[in-house]
Amino acid sequence: MQKLGELKLPPFFNYPPYFTLQPVRETREKQIQLWKELILDYCRTQKIFVVGLEEDFPLFSNPAIERSLNHEARVAFLSAIVSDGRAEWMDKGHRRCLILWHRIQDWADIILRFVKENGLEDSVMTVEEMRSGIESRGTDVHGMDRTVLMRALKLLENKGKLAIFKGTSTDDEGVKFSV
Amino acid sequence: MAGNWLLPAETTTSGRPVLRPGEVESSLQPSVDLVNEENPNLPSFKSGLLILTTYRILWLPNPDSTPSPSTSAAVAVPLGAVTHIFQSKKSIKGMFASPRVRFQVSVTTEGRVQERGSKSMVITLVFRGKSDPDSFVVKFWEAYRGRAWEGSVSASAEGVEGPAFLGDGGGSSSSDTGLALKMPVVGVSGILRKEQEMWESTDKSLQDAFQDLNALMNKAKDMVMLAEKMRQKLLSGSNSQVNATNDEEMGSKEEMQDWLLSVGIVSPVTKESAGALYHQQLSRQLADFVKTPLERAGGIMNLIDIYCLFNRARGTELISPDDLLRACSLWEKFNVPVMLKKFESGVMVIQNKSHSDEEVFSRIRSLVQKPDALQIGVSATDAARTLGIAPAMAKEHLLAAESKGMGFLCRDVSPDGFRFYINIFQDIDPNDEYLVKEYGVYDSWIRAAIASRSQSASTDDFKFCELTIVVSLPNRFLEYVGKKG
Repeated sequence: MQKLGELKLPPFFNYPPYFTLQPVRETREKQIQLWKELILDYCRTQKIFVVGLEEDFPLFSNPAIERSLNHEARVAFLSAIVSDGRAEWMDKGHRRCLILWHRIQDWADIILRFVKENGLEDSVMTVEEMRSGIESRGTDVHGMDRTVLMRALKLLENKGKLAIFKGTSTDDEGVKFSV
Repeated sequence: MAGNWLLPAETTTSGRPVLRPGEVESSLQPSVDLVNEENPNLPSFKSGLLILTTYRILWLPNPDSTPSPSTSAAVAVPLGAVTHIFQSKKSIKGMFASPRVRFQVSVTTEGRVQERGSKSMVITLVFRGKSDPDSFVVKFWEAYRGRAWEGSVSASAEGVEGPAFLGDGGGSSSSDTGLALKMPVVGVSGILRKEQEMWESTDKSLQDAFQDLNALMNKAKDMVMLAEKMRQKLLSGSNSQVNATNDEEMGSKEEMQDWLLSVGIVSPVTKESAGALYHQQLSRQLADFVKTPLERAGGIMNLIDIYCLFNRARGTELISPDDLLRACSLWEKFNVPVMLKKFESGVMVIQNKSHSDEEVFSRIRSLVQKPDALQIGVSATDAARTLGIAPAMAKEHLLAAESKGMGFLCRDVSPDGFRFYINIFQDIDPNDEYLVKEYGVYDSWIRAAIASRSQSASTDDFKFCELTIVVSLPNRFLEYVGKKG
C-alpha cells in the first residue's frame, strides 16, 4: 500500500477521478467527504497546521497516476473542512488555511493533561518552552502551531486554569499554571 | 362494409399513403368529404385528407380524430375509373355552401368502383377547409388527362411491384421494362447500333430533364426508371459486350452505381403540392424515410446527417434546415415510431422510440467495467467506437450517464484529456476508507489497478527482450553473410 510520510494512503488515492472535482452533486459530496478525512489524517500524522494553497502540498498530487488537484478543487475541499469547524482561513484571499485536526477545546485538554503528567500544576513556563522545550518532547504539545497554542491557552485562561503574562523579553509570553 | 364501394388504400405507420411505383402526388387538400349524393345509404367519408396523385384519388381519415390511423380506413378511387369531371356551377347558393367538385366514375353492377365498369355513378367532393377547389380541379384535369396510370399497369404486369415511393428508386425490378428495343441485335454492328440508340435516348432524356426544374419534376419517373436501368446495365456489364467497357471505366462504375441507387424519393412532398399541409405531410414522409438509415446507424442519428440523407433522396425540391426541424418537431403530435431528442448541450438527434436511454446506459456500464476501462477510463472516442455512433453523441450519452442521480460514471479531467471512469465513490465506506467490500465496483477497480501496475512492469521486460532480438538479428545475418562470402 502506498504511503505518504506516516500515512497509509487509501486505495482510491490512485483513482484518477478522485483528483477531478466532480460536477454531480451526490458524487461531489462523497468526494469532498473523503478528501476532508484524508487531509485531516495527513495533517495529524505529519503535524501540519497550515496548508498554503499556492505552495506544493504533497497530498494534493499523485505522481504515480500523474494527477493533481486544481485550485478550485483545493479551495472546495478546504472550505468544506472550514465549514465543519475543523479549519480556518488565515487571510481573506483564502490562500492559507489553518487546520485544526484537534479542535481548540481538545487542544486545551491535551495541554492540561501534559501539565498534569509532568507535575507542572503550579509552575511557570514560557510559551516557546512549551512548543520546543525538553518537557514537551514526545507529546502532542511539542511543535504546536503558535496561533493554535495561544488560542488554547486563552481558552484555559478564561476558565481560570492559568494566567498569561507578558515576560521580560518582548517576544515571548509566560504562562502560570494553576490547575 | 364501410367503404366497400371504394377501393382500400394502404398507408404507412406514420399515416402517409403507400404510393405505387412511379405514382406522384400532385395536390393535397385538408378537410374534404367524399360522398355519394345519389345513394345516401352508402357510407360517406367525412372531413379527411384528400390526396390527388397521378394514378388515384386517395382519401385518408383525419389523423387528429383518430389517434392511430388504421390502415383499413383509407380509401382510393383509381383515376382510370373516372369517366367525367363535371364543371363546377357558379351560383348564389354556392357562395354560402362549401365548394363541391363532382366527377363520374364507372362501377360494377354491385356498385363497386372499377375501371371499365358497366354502370356509372357520381362522387361528390365537399371542400370544408380553406382550400382552393379551383386549382384542385385544374390539377385533377391534368392528372386525368396525363393518364400516367396506363403505363404503370403494363409495368406492374411485367413484375414491378411493391411500394417504391422511397429508397432505391424502382423497387426490385430486375427485368428490362420501359425502354425495350425492338431492333434485332445481330453481330458487332447490331451491338454498336444498340449502344448508339441507348446513347441518343439517354441524351434526349437528360436534355429534356434539365431544361428547367418543372420539366425535371415531370420527368422524375422517367429519370428514376432510367437510373434503375443504367444500374442494371452496369451490373450486367461484366458479362456482356466488351466494346464499351474498358478497364478505365471499371473504377467509376461502382461510384456511378452508388449515385444511381440513391436517386430516391419519387414523390417528394412539396410546398406546391401540399400547401398548408406541407410541414405535416413532410413530417410523415420524413418519419417513413428515416427508418432505414436509423436502423443502419443503430437507432440514433444526428439531425445534420438526416438532413443530408433526406435531401439527397429528394434530389430536387430540397428542403431547408428550418423545414426539417419543423417537420421533426411535429412528430410529437403524430403516432410515429421516431422522435427528436435534444441534448443539454443543444445537439439534436433523431432516434427510434424503441431506442431507450436505458439500453445505451447498460452498454456504457459494461464498457467502463472492462479491465482496460477500469484502469484508464473511457474517452468519448472509445465509447463512440463501441456504441457505433458519432463521438459528439457518445459524449452526450456519457455526460447523461454521469449526471443521472448518483451516476455510475465519474469524470477525470487531466492534460491527457477528458475521460470517464466507473463511479467507485458510492462504494467507499465513509467511516472506513480502507474497507473494500468484496465484489463491488471498488473491489474490481482495485484489482484492475493492481493488475495494471504489475502488467506494466512485465511489458517493460517484454520490450527489452524484443529490443535484444532486433539488435542481435542483423549481427547474425552479417555473420552468416560473412561466412558465405
